[in-house]
Amino acid sequence: MRRVLPFPWVSAALLLLWLLLQGSLGPGSLLLGGALALVGGWLLAVLDPPRTRLRRPLAALRLAWVVLVEVFRSNNAVARLILAPTTRGRSSGFVRIPLDMRNPAGLAALACILTATPGTVWAEYDSARGIMLLHVLDLIDEAEWVRIIKDRYEARLMEIFE
Amino acid sequence: MTAMILSWSVFLAQLMLALGMGCTIWRVARGPRAQDRVLALDTFYVLAAMLLLVFGIRTGSVVYFEAALVISLLGFVATAALSKFLMRGEVIE
Amino acid sequence: MTHAENLPGWAAILVSLLLLLGAGLGLVGAIGLLRLRNFYERVHAPTLGTTLGIGSILLASMLFFTVLQARPVLHEVLIGVFMVLTTPVTLMLLARAALYRDRREGSAEVPRSTTGEG
Repeated sequence: MRRVLPFPWVSAALLLLWLLLQGSLGPGSLLLGGALALVGGWLLAVLDPPRTRLRRPLAALRLAWVVLVEVFRSNNAVARLILAPTTRGRSSGFVRIPLDMRNPAGLAALACILTATPGTVWAEYDSARGIMLLHVLDLIDEAEWVRIIKDRYEARLMEIFE
Repeated sequence: MTAMILSWSVFLAQLMLALGMGCTIWRVARGPRAQDRVLALDTFYVLAAMLLLVFGIRTGSVVYFEAALVISLLGFVATAALSKFLMRGEVIE
Repeated sequence: MTHAENLPGWAAILVSLLLLLGAGLGLVGAIGLLRLRNFYERVHAPTLGTTLGIGSILLASMLFFTVLQARPVLHEVLIGVFMVLTTPVTLMLLARAALYRDRREGSAEVPRSTTGEG
């Protein structure tokens, strides 16, 4: 089983991608999509990426919901900031945030979540000390941001990946 | 009546996206630094993909979807290569 | 737009709202590119278009073609997934490139590196 399908999830995603592109469930597209999924899995096995396991799929779903709500909220907030008549009284800047998480997949997920939400951009990570550099558009209180990131995202990601 | 609402909002959406693309072009021309230009170009690609999707709704044709997919792919590769170039002066290390 | 005549009213209204929301967010993001003061502030602007902006236009397109052709048309999901995966990568790469360049020039606006490189 592991020889034929080394990465079952990746293969399933490739098959789904092919079917979506074709827009049909006919035998032809199923066959071609299946071939693509198999070959894609083998190619990935040659590259030998580090394996990670999702420990708690339910917690991951809950995190996805939190991120979705946050995306809506911060879209609204950033749109207001951009259209505000003056920029006075607002300051943007960098914050250093110490992280306890060391799992590379968890860190990558955190980086993607923070960058994709409007208003925050992940700028740098010091892996020796575990400190990340975050740029925040509407920076009022640095300690508040450290608390938000640690409670809202890091705790959940550690639960999922570590 | 609702068909008219739809065609007006398609028109307005196209207008807004075109204006937005104008803004990004202005930023590409003005700079001031190379990273500003690359960022604006990336935004331009995204807006172009959105505009193509709206065109798809306007004409009722699915062809535009594929164009949008290709544009977003190209935009990603171009921006990633340009950022690498800005960082080291070479695309492939 | 004669092909859209037989689209039911609720779908037409919903598609219109989603289109206007998406295009509006894209435009606000582009205005942000012009109005915000420095590069690190401007990095935040395009995320409006790449998250909710393109999301709602994709949703509008899916809804439109699904109702019009009376069969599920879902391939727009692919662009959505692709955008979600690539936007953070490009923005992070750009932010890091900008940091690197500013540090090389000894700019006082950016914090110093803690790793010693760059």
